[in-house]
Amino acid sequence: MGEKVLMKGNEAVAEAAIRAGCRHYFAYPITPQSELIEYMAKMMPKVNGTFLQAESEVAAINMVYGAAGCGKRVMTSSSSPGISLKMEGISYIAGANLPAVIVNVQRGGPGLGDIQPAQGDYFQATKGGGHGDYKLIVVAPSTVQEFADMADLAFDLADKYRNPVMILSDGLLGQMMEPVDFKPYKTEKEMEELDRQHFDWCMHPNQDEPNHHHHEINSLEIDPVVLEQHVIKLGQKYDRIVKNEIRFEEYKISEDNEYIIVAFGTAARIAKSAVDDLNENGINVGLFRPITLWPYPYDAVSKVITDKVKKVLVCELNLGQMVEDVKLGVNGKVPVEFLGKVGGMLFTPEEIMNKIKEI
Amino acid sequence: MEIIAQRPKSLTDLQFTYCPGCTHGISHRLIAEAIEELGLRNNIMGVAPVGCSVFAYKFFNCDMAEAAHGRAPAVATGMKRARPDMHVFTYQGDGDLAAIGTAEFIHAANRGEKISIFFINNAIYGMTGGQMAPTTLPGMKTSTSPYGRDEKDIGYPIQACEIISSLKAPYFIERVSLLSPQDILKAKKVVNKAMLFNKENRGFTFVEFVSTCPTNWGLTPAKAQQWAKENMLKFFPIGNFRDKSMEGGE
Repeated sequence: MGEKVLMKGNEAVAEAAIRAGCRHYFAYPITPQSELIEYMAKMMPKVNGTFLQAESEVAAINMVYGAAGCGKRVMTSSSSPGISLKMEGISYIAGANLPAVIVNVQRGGPGLGDIQPAQGDYFQATKGGGHGDYKLIVVAPSTVQEFADMADLAFDLADKYRNPVMILSDGLLGQMMEPVDFKPYKTEKEMEELDRQHFDWCMHPNQDEPNHHHHEINSLEIDPVVLEQHVIKLGQKYDRIVKNEIRFEEYKISEDNEYIIVAFGTAARIAKSAVDDLNENGINVGLFRPITLWPYPYDAVSKVITDKVKKVLVCELNLGQMVEDVKLGVNGKVPVEFLGKVGGMLFTPEEIMNKIKEI
Repeated sequence: MEIIAQRPKSLTDLQFTYCPGCTHGISHRLIAEAIEELGLRNNIMGVAPVGCSVFAYKFFNCDMAEAAHGRAPAVATGMKRARPDMHVFTYQGDGDLAAIGTAEFIHAANRGEKISIFFINNAIYGMTGGQMAPTTLPGMKTSTSPYGRDEKDIGYPIQACEIISSLKAPYFIERVSLLSPQDILKAKKVVNKAMLFNKENRGFTFVEFVSTCPTNWGLTPAKAQQWAKENMLKFFPIGNFRDKSMEGGE
């Protein structure tokens, strides 16, 4: 462990990605993720990596598709409106079984919205966004440290399942500074090992090699029977991800909780302060924080709803997009209430406290 | 027995899915021959488009990526940046390159991306059944310009070579025709040149093939070639637009 460095979330995730072995980064400028693209522009040449400012988010995600098809750790980043543009490419990346990492530093929407932090892309990230039967693995950090740690996690998950992974952050985590502890850079040997693990499927032309198999990076199967098999296989992969990769945090969760707050990312961070204050005031509240938004921790939500729990409160920086997932977990056992804030604004811990007292 | 002609190893033994008289088969073969003749077979990768040649990834016997419609130059950029030791080409039609993929095409050219783009211009959307293309000629009837392309309403055909000739970065730009055996022999030389410059990592190389689509033009292959000679070449004159190897001091 080295010394902690004070850094913005956008820079920390970029640095962590480079340390995780990312040497290819393609993106288009957009607020509030500018520090990320700027950090990559500065640092990639120093590690003999590729930094390329694309002509659009559409081009950037397709560059990611090309580099991922060559078996390289590759990343792109953007903010909400730009992520919408990337959805075409994300569907192709998922359809072609390619590993890639996409960072969304969310801002207010819909449309051009504003440039303040928001969580309005929950549905887009977790329920589709692009076309077809595909799933993005979605992880949501709530501190700058976790934002950085997730770069490493995201690349590992992407490689493990040959699937795109999205780090769903927001303008607050992107812009705020916190001390960060970084993992060491991958060694040359580890980098070679990363290359090797993709060798049996990625594009690496050497047609005269013995046993060389013509590798195609592709999501097209014109024969319905073949496409059916392809999609069924994708589904089986998603089942494995659901089985193995659910992550969440329980904060002050106990069998005596009367109320459970469910929140992710920045909203969970604010909720944590509210939970502390409420407990000090004698109201027994626990915080359940999903870390993977897909796969979603339905069973874990269900488990925290003990007989003592009176109500569940979902706090989000949107109009309640996660509420239906929480309800699926709660499964009608207790009422699920909602506190939201939109427009790129944040609720305060006091607002959460008041809402708990009100319900 | 002496073998005097055979399929280049850079084409797989799959049967093409193209219509009788279509020129895609010829341009595939020219590219494959160039790969063979330049000894590139073990270090080249290609990108297939969306359009009639969507299955090009099955036909070229090298590792291939299938791109989303119009995105081939971006995908190729990612590939070339990931593997600068390898050589990368795209194969694209007119809808793919000059309509939905205009931005990716122009910016790859403007970056001087060290890839080759082979562009098949037959003035129509073939795979979807003969709709108007960005290169459809004025007055030409298609299923979405049933009264003929009205240039006052929808503009003139896009001239890809001319557009990127205004950019400084491209290394080699040439338009060839596949409309006669003589033209095909000339085209072969141009394809080889573009591939050679690709092999030498000199910069962005672009070859446009003036092609035919007998099926969707509603003409026999011979008549389609005649029609193209009389009409297509007026808008799409063949010739070299840029060859930096001929410029002193490059």
